[in-house]
Parts: sequence; C-alpha cells; structure tokens
Amino acid sequence: MTGQEGPERPDGRGGPEGLEAQFAQWRSYLRRRPELRKADVEELEDHLRSSVDQLLAVGLRPDEAFLVAVKRMGSLDDLSAEFAREHSERLWKQLVLTGGADGTGRDTRPRRDLVVMIACAVGAAVSVKVPALFGLSLAEDGTFYALNAALFALPWLAGLLAWRRRARARLIGVLVAWFALGAVVANAYPLAGDSQSVVLTTLHLPVALWFAVGLAYVADDWRSPRRHMDLIRFTGEWVVYFVLIGLGGGVLVALTYGTFGAIGIVPDDFIGQWLLPCGAVGAVVVAGWLVEAKQGVVENIAPVLTRLFTPLFTAVLLGFLAVLAWTTSGIDVEREALILFDLLLIVVLGLLLYSVSARDPLQPPGLFDRLQLALVASALVIDVLVLVEVAGRIAEYGTTPNKAAALGLNIVLLVNLAWSAWLLTGFLRIRRRHTPFPALERWQTRYLPVYAVWAGTVSLVLPPVFGFA
Amino acid sequence: MRVAKDLVAASATPMVLGILAEGESYGYAILRRINELSGGELDWSEGLLYPLLHRLERLGYVESTWRAVAGERRRKYYRITAAGLAELAEQRRQWDTVVEALRKIWAGSGELRTLAIPAAVRP
Repeated sequence: MTGQEGPERPDGRGGPEGLEAQFAQWRSYLRRRPELRKADVEELEDHLRSSVDQLLAVGLRPDEAFLVAVKRMGSLDDLSAEFAREHSERLWKQLVLTGGADGTGRDTRPRRDLVVMIACAVGAAVSVKVPALFGLSLAEDGTFYALNAALFALPWLAGLLAWRRRARARLIGVLVAWFALGAVVANAYPLAGDSQSVVLTTLHLPVALWFAVGLAYVADDWRSPRRHMDLIRFTGEWVVYFVLIGLGGGVLVALTYGTFGAIGIVPDDFIGQWLLPCGAVGAVVVAGWLVEAKQGVVENIAPVLTRLFTPLFTAVLLGFLAVLAWTTSGIDVEREALILFDLLLIVVLGLLLYSVSARDPLQPPGLFDRLQLALVASALVIDVLVLVEVAGRIAEYGTTPNKAAALGLNIVLLVNLAWSAWLLTGFLRIRRRHTPFPALERWQTRYLPVYAVWAGTVSLVLPPVFGFA
Repeated sequence: MRVAKDLVAASATPMVLGILAEGESYGYAILRRINELSGGELDWSEGLLYPLLHRLERLGYVESTWRAVAGERRRKYYRITAAGLAELAEQRRQWDTVVEALRKIWAGSGELRTLAIPAAVRP
C-alpha cells in the first residue's frame, strides 16, 4: 500500500510525497462509497490529517503515523454504515439534474446539458406544429403526420446526442443526409392513404431513422463493438423511459380533461392539437436525455424486465408447442398471423438482447442461459411451422407489400435467433466445441446494421417495387 | 473500565452540544476534548461523531462553516445555535434528573454493595 522503499530513503522517513500519495489513495477509496459525499470525505480527511499531524509531533515516521491514524479511525465499513443510518436517502440514488449537489458548483456541464435538452425538446414540439401553419391539420391529414412522425422528433434527439458527443462535421453531414432521405421517402413517394405501403413506411421509417440516432449516439467511437452494445442498452432504456413518460402524460391528460370539464370547458382541441403531439415528440428527446443523464445512477430497467419475463414467455411458448402437438391442429395463418409471429420473434429477440446486454460475459453458464436457449428454440420451432404455411400461401396467391415485408422481417429475425441458439448451445457445452459468451455479444452487435438495412429497404425500395400499392 | 456502548450513544448529543457551547470547534478537536474529559474512558468513534454532527446540523442545533486551514486543506467548523442551546438546557435537565435519582439510590444502598460482592473480589 505504501509503495515506498523504506528507511534507506535519504530523508529516512518515507517523505511527504509518499504521505500525500497515501492520502490520495485513501480519499479515492472513500469516494467510491455512495454513503459518503465529497464534503464528508473532505471532513474525514481533515480528521485523518489532524490525527497524523499529532502522531508526527510525538515522533512517528510519516508512514507509521498514517497507518496508526487509519487504524484508529476503525473499519470503513462501520464508518459508512453509521453515515448510511444518518443519510439513508443517499442509498436511494437520486438523479441530479443540475449538478452542484456536492456544494462545489464548479461543474457547469450538467446545467448546459439541461438547457440544450430543453431547447431540443421545444424544437421538436415547435416542428410538429409548423405544418399546421401550411394548413395541414392533425385531424384531416393523418397520413402526413403518421409518415412524418419520426421526422419531427428523432432529428432533435440525434442533434442532442451529436452535440453531447461533439460529433465531427462529416458525421453531422451523414446524419443530415440520412434524415433528408427519410423526408423524401415520407413525402415525395405517391403513397395513397389506404395503401399497404403507407402502413409499412409508417412502421419501418422510424426504425430506419432510429439508426441515425444510433449513429449520433456512437459518434465518439462508432466502430467499437462496446459502443454498439451501449446503443442496444440505450435503446432499451429509452423505450422504458418513453413508456413511463407516456403513462405520466396519460394522467396529465385525464386530469386536464376532468378539471376543465368540471367548469364546463371541453379541452378537446388543446389536448388533441397541442398537448398530445407536442408532448409526444418532446418526450422522445427527454427520454433520450434521461437515459444519458441517469446512466450509472439508476439500475437499468430493461434487463430487469427481461429477467422477469424470460421464464414466463418460455413457459407459454413451450405450453403452446405441447398443445399444438397434442391437438395436431395446424396454425391458422390467415391474415395477421405473420405479423403476430413477427411480433413474437421481436419479443424473444428483445428478451435475448437485453439479457445479453446485462450479463457478465465471464460468468459460467447457468440455469438462466438454459432457459434462454429453451425460449429461443421454442420460438424458432413455432416460427418455422408458420413460415412453411405462409410460404405455401404466397406461392399459391402471389405476394403483396404486406406479405413481402412481414416475410422479410421474419427471415431477418429467424437468422439472428437461429445463429444465437447455435452459439448458446456452444456456450452451454451442449455441442462439443465450446464458444465463449462474448461470441454471442459480438453476433448481436454485428447484426445491428442488418435491421437498419432491412427497415431502410422496406421504406425506400419496397414501395416503388410494388408500384406504391 | 469502558463505558457501555448504549450509554455512550445516549450521552452523545448533550456531550457534543456541551462542548460546542464552550465555543466553535471541529470534529477532531471535539473527539480529543471528549477523550480528555473522560480520561480516555469514553469510546467514541468517528462513525459516531460525524453522523451525529450532521444530524444536529439537520435539526438546526448546530451550524457549520468551511474554512481554509493550510493550503488546499479545508476544515468544517461547527457552532451551536440558539435552538441548540435550548436543546442542551433541556437535555441537561433530564440528565440532572437521572443522575440525581441514581445518586440517591446509591447513597441508600452503600452497605448493600459491599455485601453483595464476594469477599475474594473485594479490594
């Protein structure tokens, strides 16, 4: 701990620099405890220094004095336990929005961040109302707003992230081009309001544009697989926060409606035209910023949900397979079946992705990994059964944009899950050749561009191919 | 002889408030003063003192200021407030009652004490 040569040093006492290094080490050790604030550490350090000074005065060498003083202070665990009893709120990690909680106020970055975030959220809210100036109303031009929904919010979120990462001009150029292309797809294509392509673009364009947000997110080191994993985590937490904000918004809307209703005013227009659209696009930015700000402060929620639901989904899927085998009835693949099973695969992939994102790669395989394999395998079996049915139908009746998109998505997900299952069997040593866990991580991060390409293809290429049907 | 932990904890607040009533002070000096007053018999730890000081500060009995000592080093000084003085008076009244009662009991049972201790242990 001392890192000193001992008594043969010229001054023969360990030297004051050695002592300072020991204080620094001790300080950094204390700083890691959540119960102790910066001011507490400073106060305790003053105590320790007073104690050392007194011991030096009675003739101890600096390193001896330090050891004795630290020993007198007693175990740090006991010390922090006492602090925790007085400051129990500190164990509930709080999100510090404006900084300066440690009383220093030196760090102005959080405050600047807050200002930029509010500017971006307001910008998003304004941009969603700008088309109204040109006579496009939410009530009558629903198609326009549906197609452009992501374009009102995501560029602002991407801008916020790019600003935080101090993105280079070239990357900003790429982002601008990406969103511009999205705007072209949403507005220049002659998509009829009742066509299948409108629905497909509405669903896929936001995903394609989310990857532009992702690019802004990884702007500081866009090639690193770690950052790609961070992007997956960011996406999961963003969804959780967005949903939570949405729930809060629901309460706000209900109360607004109720209280104004009580005095005979029905605020339909205000809620429908202003509160909902502006709130929704603003929430996109705020949720993204919250994930950034709370990183490391609050436990990630997506992996917790994953842990809860993986066993439940596994049970349901295995039960479904058992019943299917028992009754020997085929799966009804009429109409929405493909979309339903796409959703199933997305959920299973999400469960897999977020447990991978939270797992310590060095941990040996456990029960949860087996459960995961069972989940993925049963989803695969079900999906293959569905695919066989659907492929037969498409061969018989020809294809439509909906069928092509659903089938393509199904294949994209199937490939990912099949290879994940294969890697999992290797990790669980069911196969003879062992694959380490990071292989699964790498597979998931490398697969990310595939989703972007597929979402882009559906919104950019499919409509012209099918004559904008 | 060491004073039992519960007793140390119970007497901690009046002890600290009493020391601060003598004049403003800081953690290390308070601890040394307690040591000195009790002849080293009171087993006070930093884990007892600092959270207690923070609690007294939260309750408004003491207030603190940071002052530079030497170079970068800063020290947190505590000063008793009017509310702290009132609390000290109240605690003192209670302690006086307890001590008074104990003294009366012990004065009455002076002979009993010598009787109860076996001869071998008697000094």
